[in-house]
Amino acid sequence: MKLELRGITKTFGALVANDHIDLTVEPGEIHCLLGENGAGKSTLMNVLYGLLQADSGEILLDDVVQHFKGPRDAMKAGIGMVHQHFMLIPVFTVAENVMLGHEPTKFAGALDLATARERVREISARFGFDVDPDALVEDLPVGVQQRVEIIKALSRDAQVLVFDEPTAVLTPQETDELMAIMRQLSESGTAIVFITHKLREVREVADRITVIRLGKVVGEASPTASNEELATLMVGRDVDLVVDREPAQPGAPRLVVEGLTVADHMGNVVVNDVSFEVRAGEIVGVAGVQGNGQTELTEALVGLRHLLRGRVELDGDDVTKDKVRAVLDAGVGYIPEDRSADGLVKQFTVAENLMLDRSNGAPFVRFGALQRGVLARFAEETVEEFDIRTPSIAEQAGRLSGGNQQKVVVARELSREIGVLIASQPTRGVDVGSIEFIHKRIVAARDAGVAVLVVSTELEEIQALSDRIIVMYRGRIVGIVPGDASRETLGLMMAGETPAGAAA
Amino acid sequence: MSDVQTAPPVPEGPQTPEESPTAKELQRERWRRAIREITLGGPLIGLISVLLAMLVGSILIAATDPKVAEAAGYFFSRPGDTFGAIWESISGAYTAFFRGAVYNFNRPDFASGIKPLTETLTFATPLIVAGLGVGLTFRAGLFNIGGRGQMLLGAAIGGWIGFAAPLPIVLHPIVVVIVGMAAGAFWAAIAGVLKAYTGAHEVIVTIMLNYVGYYLVFWMLSTKGLLQAPGSNNPKSPPMAETAVFPPLIGDQYNLHVGFLISIAAVVVVWWILERSSLGFAFRAVGLNPRAAQTAGINTKRVTIIAMCMSGALLGLAGVQQVLGTVTTGFSAGIDAGIGFDAITVALLGRSRPWGILAAGILFGAFKAGGYSMQAAEGVQIDIVTVVQALIVLFLAAPPLIRAMFHLPEPGAKRKVKEAKA
Repeated sequence: MKLELRGITKTFGALVANDHIDLTVEPGEIHCLLGENGAGKSTLMNVLYGLLQADSGEILLDDVVQHFKGPRDAMKAGIGMVHQHFMLIPVFTVAENVMLGHEPTKFAGALDLATARERVREISARFGFDVDPDALVEDLPVGVQQRVEIIKALSRDAQVLVFDEPTAVLTPQETDELMAIMRQLSESGTAIVFITHKLREVREVADRITVIRLGKVVGEASPTASNEELATLMVGRDVDLVVDREPAQPGAPRLVVEGLTVADHMGNVVVNDVSFEVRAGEIVGVAGVQGNGQTELTEALVGLRHLLRGRVELDGDDVTKDKVRAVLDAGVGYIPEDRSADGLVKQFTVAENLMLDRSNGAPFVRFGALQRGVLARFAEETVEEFDIRTPSIAEQAGRLSGGNQQKVVVARELSREIGVLIASQPTRGVDVGSIEFIHKRIVAARDAGVAVLVVSTELEEIQALSDRIIVMYRGRIVGIVPGDASRETLGLMMAGETPAGAAA
Repeated sequence: MSDVQTAPPVPEGPQTPEESPTAKELQRERWRRAIREITLGGPLIGLISVLLAMLVGSILIAATDPKVAEAAGYFFSRPGDTFGAIWESISGAYTAFFRGAVYNFNRPDFASGIKPLTETLTFATPLIVAGLGVGLTFRAGLFNIGGRGQMLLGAAIGGWIGFAAPLPIVLHPIVVVIVGMAAGAFWAAIAGVLKAYTGAHEVIVTIMLNYVGYYLVFWMLSTKGLLQAPGSNNPKSPPMAETAVFPPLIGDQYNLHVGFLISIAAVVVVWWILERSSLGFAFRAVGLNPRAAQTAGINTKRVTIIAMCMSGALLGLAGVQQVLGTVTTGFSAGIDAGIGFDAITVALLGRSRPWGILAAGILFGAFKAGGYSMQAAEGVQIDIVTVVQALIVLFLAAPPLIRAMFHLPEPGAKRKVKEAKA
């Protein structure tokens, strides 16, 4: 089925979320909708799905104008949507979720669960999904839940399938699996709209690319376009994806880790005998596939996790047994990997979040009382310096875009007096413009003599920033290589192999 | 399986340490959000809940009035009678309520006419501090249901100083207040420490401590040489010493005592602690996102214990206000008068904010003062007041709970298309 959007316009008050957007998606085509957070991609798709009514413009399916009053009409017309946040009922089984809303019934309205189960099995088999119709949704990993969403759409004979930022919640492997699924679907004739802001995914899977900025279509691109070209279209100005940085001038070791061993709450050793050092004025990257002990390593370093064995030194002082407060006070800046869970109190204001880890004394607290004037001045300056886009410092942090929320965390840590920065996934879920900014600030911190440890599952990020790279696999360090090590070398090491020439 | 390899590559070993978050975690977060919304939501919802509850209360008043039932018996021949009876029933009840809770215009002069308002404030006095105590724990993400036990301990230990210690006039009530607050704090600290160091849920522990506290105090009141009045076999204490009793606030003809000023002071102090102190900053951070608070170096265990202690101290103070202000002739094990539980409603209605709790406490004081008057003057069942109080909680708590239960989005959640500054 061919999908065509003509001149879709949608405003929210003064904000024009969509401004005369035209889009055509052919059957069997994967059409990428690329744009920064807040560019209006999701609004457009909600209009398509009948969740929002457009102010003007029309939707055509196979050249017939459609009038959707709600998602039910859209579904009936053959449009399926896989939302970023799944619309599944956790305590229902897969089959129950799939049939929800158009339950097949037998005599006297009895639910025909067997048919629904059969339908799940049939679609599963057709596309090689490995989904048990009787599993409870809440017990499934996120990647499989997403497949349930896809099955749900397909079971209603969706001819046009919309994926709204589907990879935001997935691990790299799950992402690769999803890409394979999307290709399979398009080969079977489904038209696919793939919304994302991640360049790598676009280039891997898209047949055609439409770039949206500030509610307008700003251009079309082919998948052969370079990352720089795509990023420039998205952001509207030239973007350096490669961070300019001078060769490092490493000084004395500031962070020294010896034989660090950590177990998770089940007692499994997840960080095993890890030793390394980070010197003043250098960035050490920790590469590895998600879940190889990086998270636990950083949490152990800042005192959030109990160590089984090992020793951590900061500027020569033993901080192995120190609690978080003491570690932070000793001059460690910490950017946690999940800003929503660990980095921010979303209901707090931007200003309050900027002092979150400094609520124990001067300058923001005197004699137990908050110094609101000092905080306001500091927050104004910091918002300015770190280009945090917020209506005011009194805005709730949770209302900012993802990139700006991350900038709040980064600004908080970099505006303290620190000697060591531990940055875990510093740009996860952040738009291209903010990534560039955050990378520059991290390099600036290095140049000011801070020892930086960057943990990332994005190999591009590790390569862009690191002076030296530690590769972790199953809780161990596979090797430590120079920052210019090739992608192939790193890839092999991430799979646990030790290529010749890599120092262990 | 060996010859067919069409299935997508199964993720291998390395993931096991950290699984993708399952729906269970998302679900837990959803309930946490519901609880946050119930305890911390905006003031408008509180106002609407009160109005709705009073509307339902009006229907109940009319429906249970025999005169209305009588008129409804011949509704189809003279419908006007029924509506007239309904109007009389409801307006009569609310007039009586006003006379009992605010101003009695049947009295000759202002001084005696205003007495109901002072009664309302007297009833409100312990409700306000107790509500502050519960609200404080809400802000720190805790739920103190042990108000009864903490009040009883505060009343008993404070009251013991009140009748037994030979102290001079101004010093005596001060010592009683301090000791009573310490006793309440100690009782709540048990739950706080257990929560911080063993993870025992404070709801369960505080409920159980209510019983332990009740029977402990009952035993002390029935034991000669402890709290029992000499020469009596009843489980009741002797009256408070003249030197300890709270003096009347605006004159001997009113029951309103100095304890009310203490309640107002407590509102200001708790407000300052929550909104202006670093301790309150830590409370709020832990209450809203304990993981982020911990990551930011805030000691969540310490916050849990301190919040429970402060909450218990406030409830202990409510207990002291009961023995030194409301019932000065000696107390029994029922001295808490259900205030420890009413405090939960007051804190919810006040949206866990000190000024809101002050207003909610006064409203509930009015319910108590006016409820008796409605019953006396119009024969309205006093239970209807209880129903109205319960309905307030229902209207406050039900919408977020139902949203969490059925996965419904928050109203207006779709409107989050907001990019700042452009």
